[in-house]
Amino acid sequence: MSHRVRISVNGKAEEADVESRLLLCHFLRDQLGLTGTNVGCDTSQCGSCTVLMDGKAVKSCTILAVQADGCDVTTIEGLAGAGGLHPVQQSFWDNHGLQCGFCTPGMIMTAVEILDRQPDASDADVRHGLEGNICRCTGYENIVKSVVAAGARGS
Amino acid sequence: MGRYVGTSVKRVEDPRFIQGKGRYVANIQLPGMVHVAIKRSPEAHARITGMDTSAASAMDGVLAVFTGQDFKDGGCGSLPCGWLVPDTKVPDRPIVVTDRVCHVGDSVAVVVAEDPYVAADAVEAIEVDYEPLPTVVDARGAMDEGAPLVHAEIEDNVSYHWALGDQEACDKAFAEADEVVEIELVNQRLIPTAMEPRAAAAQWDGASEEMTVWTTSQNPHPIRLLLSAFTLGIPESKLRVISPDVGGGFGSKIFHYPEEVIVPWVARQVGRPARWVATRTESQMTDSQGRDHVTVARLAMTSGGTFTGLDVETWANQGAYLSTFAPLIPTALYITLLSGNYKMPGVFGKVHGTLTNTVPVDAYRGAGRPEAAYLVERLVDLAAARLGRDPLDLRRQNAIPKEDFPYQTPVAFLYDSGDYDRLMAKAADNADYAGMRAAQADARGQGKLRGVGVVCCIEASGPAPSAVAGSLGSAVGFWESGEVRVHPTGQISVFTGSHAHGQGHETTLAQVVADELGVPIESVEVVHGDTGRVNFGMGTYGSRSACVGGSALVRSAEKVRAKVLQIGAHLLEAAEEDVVYDRDTGRVHVKGSPDSGKDFGEMAFAAYTAHNLPEGMEPGLDFTSFYDPENFTFPASSHICEVEVCSDTWEVRILRYVAVDDVGKVINPMIVEGQLQGGIVQGVGQALTEIGAYSDDGQLLSGTLLEYAVPRADLLPGIEVDRIETPSPHNPLGVKGAGEMGTIAATPAVANAVLDALAPLGVTHIELPLTPERIWRAVQAAGNGA
Repeated sequence: MSHRVRISVNGKAEEADVESRLLLCHFLRDQLGLTGTNVGCDTSQCGSCTVLMDGKAVKSCTILAVQADGCDVTTIEGLAGAGGLHPVQQSFWDNHGLQCGFCTPGMIMTAVEILDRQPDASDADVRHGLEGNICRCTGYENIVKSVVAAGARGS
Repeated sequence: MGRYVGTSVKRVEDPRFIQGKGRYVANIQLPGMVHVAIKRSPEAHARITGMDTSAASAMDGVLAVFTGQDFKDGGCGSLPCGWLVPDTKVPDRPIVVTDRVCHVGDSVAVVVAEDPYVAADAVEAIEVDYEPLPTVVDARGAMDEGAPLVHAEIEDNVSYHWALGDQEACDKAFAEADEVVEIELVNQRLIPTAMEPRAAAAQWDGASEEMTVWTTSQNPHPIRLLLSAFTLGIPESKLRVISPDVGGGFGSKIFHYPEEVIVPWVARQVGRPARWVATRTESQMTDSQGRDHVTVARLAMTSGGTFTGLDVETWANQGAYLSTFAPLIPTALYITLLSGNYKMPGVFGKVHGTLTNTVPVDAYRGAGRPEAAYLVERLVDLAAARLGRDPLDLRRQNAIPKEDFPYQTPVAFLYDSGDYDRLMAKAADNADYAGMRAAQADARGQGKLRGVGVVCCIEASGPAPSAVAGSLGSAVGFWESGEVRVHPTGQISVFTGSHAHGQGHETTLAQVVADELGVPIESVEVVHGDTGRVNFGMGTYGSRSACVGGSALVRSAEKVRAKVLQIGAHLLEAAEEDVVYDRDTGRVHVKGSPDSGKDFGEMAFAAYTAHNLPEGMEPGLDFTSFYDPENFTFPASSHICEVEVCSDTWEVRILRYVAVDDVGKVINPMIVEGQLQGGIVQGVGQALTEIGAYSDDGQLLSGTLLEYAVPRADLLPGIEVDRIETPSPHNPLGVKGAGEMGTIAATPAVANAVLDALAPLGVTHIELPLTPERIWRAVQAAGNGA
C-alpha cells in the first residue's frame, strides 16, 4: 500500500507516494538521490545514516519514510550553505576527523546535534554523545578532537 | 627534504567525504539498473535436497532467479586460491553452490529484480530443502579422529602443514634451558567490519562486448586478472574493474568474492546494468574473517633471563574454503615473525591449516603478525613473572641491539633497521613507567586491581620481493606500478597501482611527487582504483602503499627529472653537466645563475611541442616504473597500557594508553598518527570486546553489530602517540608501513595489563576478549571470588 508523504528535505519540499515499509534512508538515497547518507548496518547500531529530523539526530534506517511525513529533514548535503562548509565539516577536515569517510556524514550530523545541545561539550561528553556511531578507521581520537574544536570555535 | 614530505598536509580527498559526495559503489545509479539479492544458507553444513524458486520467479518485478547450476552452465569458474604452500589441498569453491552448503552464508541462489525490496522478498520466497550434515568448527578439533569432514576428499580436514625455523637449535635450547615457560592460547576469530558493506555493480556493453565492474576492492587489477582467467572468462582487454571510494577494508576487501562474478554475469544475462549491496548481516557472514588460531608454545631461557629458544605449534582455522590468500597468513606472515624483537637462536614453528564449517579466514589487519606478537608478548610476560623480573627490563635485556642490524632471524626474515632499546626507553619515559608502577603499588595497597602492560612488537610490512613471495607459494608478484604523467601545461597526473580506502594516498603520494619534482602540490592529482586508467598494479594491503607504491613513483619522478634536465640544458644552450635541477622550484638553471633558468611548465610544454628538443629525444613527458622491493620493511612499536579492573563488575577501564612507534621516515605525520590511533583501537577491540563466535553446529553467533562488539568512542580515554625514526635503508623514501603496527601491539599491551592487574588474584591466563564475564569466571576458577 502506498502513502503520499510531504517532507521538507534540505529546505526543499518533496512530495512522493511511498510504500509503507520504505525506510527514510532509502527514500533519501534511492528516490531523492541524496547518497551522502550511507547505510552501514541493518540493526541501527552504526549511525552512518544519521540525519536531522526537526533538529534531532535520528538514524534514518530506523525511521519509515511515512513517519517523516510533515517533518523537516536535513542531510549532510544540506548542512552548509551553498559552496561553503558547516563549521563541524570544516573542523573534521582541519583535525583529520575521517579516513575512509563512510561513517563521516553520520558522525557530522550527530556532532551537530551534540553541539546544539551542549556547545562547550568536553572530550568525555563527546565520547558519550557519539556512542551510537561506529567508526572503524580513526579510533575516534580525531573525531572527538574535531567535535570539541568545532564547539570551542562556536559552531 | 622538500616542502611537503614530513609535514601534515591536510587531506585533499576530505572535501568530498565531509559533504556527502563520496563515490562508493552503493551510490552508483545506472539507467535501467536491476537489483541483485542472494539467498544465503542458514545451515553450516547440509546437502541441498530440493529447491523451489517458482514463487520467487512469479513475483511482480522479479526478472530472474538463478541457481548454482545456471552459473556453472553459464561458464563461471570456481574461485581460485592465489597462495599455495607445498601439498595444499584446495577444496572446490563454486560461485553459487549446487548441491551442498559448507558454512552459514554460503550462496545458494540469486534473485534479480527491479527493486531491492522486491529482490529481498523474492529471496524469502525461495524454498530450499536441507539435509543437515555433521559440522566441525574448531581449528584443532577439525583434526581429531572421527571429526566430520568438511570436504569428503580432504583427509582429516587438513589443507596443509607447514614449518619453518632451526629445529636443531630449538631442541638444543630446550635441552639446555634453565627455565621454560609454556602457554596454550586461542587467538580468537575476528570479523573485520569495515563500515562500508561490500557491494558490486556491473554494466555490459553489447556493442563493444566490454564489461565494467565496480567493486569494493583494495586491489582492482588482481580482481580483473582473477575474473578474466578463472571466474568470469572475459578477456582483460574487455574488462574494466573500478574500485572507487571504498569505505574501509582492513584486509577483508583484498579477496575475490562470488558476488564480483555474480553481478557482471547477471548484467550480461539480463542485458541491463546490475547492482548488489550487502546488508551488514550478509557482510558479517560472507566477508573473509580473521585470526582463529589455537597455539601451544614454550619459551626457553637461562636463569639470567636470556631467551634461547621458542617452540610453537599452531592450528589455524581456514574456514570452509580457502579464501584468496588464506594459506599465506598463518605461514609466511606468522611463523616468520615469531622471533619478535628478540635475539634468540632456537626459533621453530609449525602450523596446520584446517578446514571447518565456518566462514573462510584470510588476512585481517596485521594478518599473522598480530597472532605472532600476541603469543610472543604473552610468553615474555610469563617469563618475567617466573623470574621475578620487571617485564620492561626483561624485554630490554633481550632486544636485538641496534648495532646488529640488518639482523637475520632464525625464521627467514632479515630485519632492515631498528632501535628497540631506544623505542622502549621512549615509551617508558612518555608513560612515566616508574611512576605508573608506583601508582600501581599504591592502588594495590588500597585493594584496587591496577595493571600495567608493556609490549615491544615487530611487523613485516611492504610486501614483498616478488621472487621471495613466489618461492613461498604466491601465484602473483608483489611489485607496484607508478606512472608520472606531466601534461603540456605542467599539471601532473599520477597513476598508482596502490588503492586508498581511508589511508589518504591522494594526499601523501602527491606530497612525494611534488617534492621529487619541486612543483606545487596543487598541480599533482593522484589517480587510483581503475584498471581502465591505471597500469596493472597490485593494490593495497600489508602496509605497502608508501613502501612499494611510493617508491615506484619516486623512480618515475626521477626519470621525469632526468628528461626535464636534458630539455632545460638544451633550451639554455648549455651542457647538461653545467645545469642543475632545483628541486625546491622545479626550475633548471645554469649552475651559479639561478635567475637565468627555465620553469618546469616551460620545459613540459617544450616536451610536447617538440619544436626544439635535443637531438634524438622522443617527445612527451610520461614515465612509468614497476618497483619490486628488495625486502620487507620492519616497523616496530613499544606500547604501555595502564588499566584498572573493577572488582564489582569486572569491567576493564583503560586509564592511559601510551604508544611509541617506529615506522621509518614519515611522509605525513597527521595521517600516520591517524593510522596508528585507528589501528590501536582495533587491537584494543580484539583484547576487550570482539569475537566472531560460532556454536558447535556452526551458527555464527555474532552475525550483526548487536552481537559483534566493535569499539565505541567511550572505550578509551584517549591515545598518546609518539615515534622514533629508523629509516628503512632499502627504499628511496626510507619509509616503513604504518597501517598495522598499532593493531599488532595493542592486543598484547591490553591483555598484559589486565593480567598484570589480576595477578594478585592468581589469574595467569584468560582467553580473549577480556569481557567482564570471562574475567569473573577466571577469578572464580582461581578461587578468589570477591
